[in-house]
Amino acid sequence: MAYSFHFNQVWPFLPYLLGGAWVTVELAACAFGGGALFGLLVAIGIESAPGWLRGPLAFYRSFFTNTPQLVKILLIFFGLGELGWFVPPFWAAVFGLLLAESAYLAEIFRAGFASVNRAELDAAETIGLTRMQTLRHVTLPHLLQTVFPPLANQFIVSILYTSLGAIIGVEELTGRAFNVDSQTFRSLEIFIIVGVLYVALTLVSTAVLYGFGRFVLGVRARIF
Amino acid sequence: MLHSLLSELPRFFGPYNLLFLAQAIGVTIALTIVGCGIGYNFGFALALLRVQRIIDIPPLRWSAIGFVELVRRLPFLVLLFLVMFGFQAGGYTLTGMAVACITIILRAAAIASETVRAGLESVHPNQWDAAATMNLSRLDQLRHVVLPQAWRVILPPAMIQFIQLLKATSIASQISVIELTYAGKIMNQKGFSATLSYGTVLILYYVLCLAVERVVRRMEKRLVLPQHH
Amino acid sequence: MSFLSITEIDASYGAVPVLRGVSLQVARGQVVGLIGPSGSGKSSVLRAITGLLRLTAGEVALDGSAVDYANPASLRALRDRVAIVFQQYNLFQNMTALANVTLAPILAKRRDHREVEAEAMALLEKVGLADHMRHYPRELSGGQQQRVAMARALALKPELLLLDEVTSALDPELVNEVLDTIGLLAADGMTMLIVSHEMAFIREVADQVVFMDEGRVVETGPPQHVLDHPCSERAQRFAAKILRRQWRPKTP
Repeated sequence: MAYSFHFNQVWPFLPYLLGGAWVTVELAACAFGGGALFGLLVAIGIESAPGWLRGPLAFYRSFFTNTPQLVKILLIFFGLGELGWFVPPFWAAVFGLLLAESAYLAEIFRAGFASVNRAELDAAETIGLTRMQTLRHVTLPHLLQTVFPPLANQFIVSILYTSLGAIIGVEELTGRAFNVDSQTFRSLEIFIIVGVLYVALTLVSTAVLYGFGRFVLGVRARIF
Repeated sequence: MLHSLLSELPRFFGPYNLLFLAQAIGVTIALTIVGCGIGYNFGFALALLRVQRIIDIPPLRWSAIGFVELVRRLPFLVLLFLVMFGFQAGGYTLTGMAVACITIILRAAAIASETVRAGLESVHPNQWDAAATMNLSRLDQLRHVVLPQAWRVILPPAMIQFIQLLKATSIASQISVIELTYAGKIMNQKGFSATLSYGTVLILYYVLCLAVERVVRRMEKRLVLPQHH
Repeated sequence: MSFLSITEIDASYGAVPVLRGVSLQVARGQVVGLIGPSGSGKSSVLRAITGLLRLTAGEVALDGSAVDYANPASLRALRDRVAIVFQQYNLFQNMTALANVTLAPILAKRRDHREVEAEAMALLEKVGLADHMRHYPRELSGGQQQRVAMARALALKPELLLLDEVTSALDPELVNEVLDTIGLLAADGMTMLIVSHEMAFIREVADQVVFMDEGRVVETGPPQHVLDHPCSERAQRFAAKILRRQWRPKTP
């Protein structure tokens, strides 16, 4: 192989890249957080809304799960730009990712609601628990167990999706990789390091989420 | 604004552009089918390496696990560039299509290996044991007993993953593969509004995915449990 | 000389020992019942014999020659002569009853498929399921499935048949049809090692009963001794619990 590696040219940029990793996490957190909020509303809507609202909500979910993230981001960034609203790349990416996140999370929440056993609720009623108590001691723990693993899994997935922000100029990890590349042209070395950073990021997040799930929430399940 | 959008429509949907979009859709579909077609086979082989009942060679098993975990934890965009720069460094200049195809193959293999493994492990151990104690070879155990039962568990997620990979092809636009997303970019560059260009592309992807979903659902009904007589 | 000779075998599931120095003998044509509380290792003995559970010590000999479980040829030869029926999930769900019975003779023993099919149909008739041979397992009751499983085991022409709690997962009304089938096989002279909770059946059919507890053989002997007048205290406690199976109110 004729190629000679020159990692030494890339090492100085490591702190810069690590800063990008932090932006990645911020982006993921915003997209996921917003997505969780919307997703919850959509899920509740699908479960208990009047008939005429369910169709559009189901369509919302179907539309945003069956379309590529990248195109949504491009549409929002360039489309709104045309209308005169110059959305900062970061927020365009957040909003683009958020739309799909909310659709996936709505499905997770809905499955969670469905999993709450009728029998459990009846049993709670017959032993005299009030609705509030049932909610706190029966429904919520059960919901948490069912919903936390896929939720944690989806967060890790959204970390990986943030790399699309680089395409509209967000300076998260991949975006910064492009910048370093344009300066040093050591493309392979840069992307190897960035790849390692993404793997490390997902491993750390998986561990943290697993720990949180297990020791704070008492949920024992594999995440990602 | 709406007025200007509407005025663009006739030119946008002119015959030349429609043909262009159709070709781009063809590229998207081709990439997905070839990538998944080859990738799923590799994924199947990887899954066999991980199921100890079938193949029990620790170095191979750990390599398979390593590969799968690595590929899963990289964003598609990064994987794409790693493939491209990797081959460049090795002295090979590949077309964008080839790079995209290889990336999809890698991704599909990693994802499929997990799906197949889960499917094989979903078959009750007694089924494996009964076949083994009747002196059926491991290949026969797999072919006649376990795999026919595992399909039911493997196919639904595999089909969902196919659709996900179809959406992932849009990222190949970044290395100038003329698939649907790149087509949107070109339309935008030609002077059409971004809203119209990317909006149309978005809708086209939606229709495409729905069509695939419908085909998949029909296939599922037929392939649910292959029968022996 | 015994046909099956098990000497001081040890086995574990991971770190947990399940068999500790188990020895037993089965002579040709004999029916041996293996009884004991849950977790005593009864099923593990059967799994160890067929090579599904790895032994950490001891020896299993078939017809005088020791079995080398690490040697594929030796294991194959053993599995050629010994058949096992499990508690459930025996039948291959993706094929008919008939296909289940013919699969192994055709694939593993490489016999002519018309001959195999004729024999299979005769066997299914023997267990009373001639009308169901083209049915799939999901269309059969639990008792019917177990009877097909036994026909399938017989199609391999085994010299030793191992039955692992084959009626324990069945609804009560389906148990007798399976026990009747086993009785038929015993009358035909099949050598069998039966793990079961059906004490009345074991007392009738077994020539010898082995009582196990916590991975060890505690007592061996004719059914009348082990079941009705056990010597060891543990066997006595077990027998007492079993007797109370016919529920009677406790005397105050």
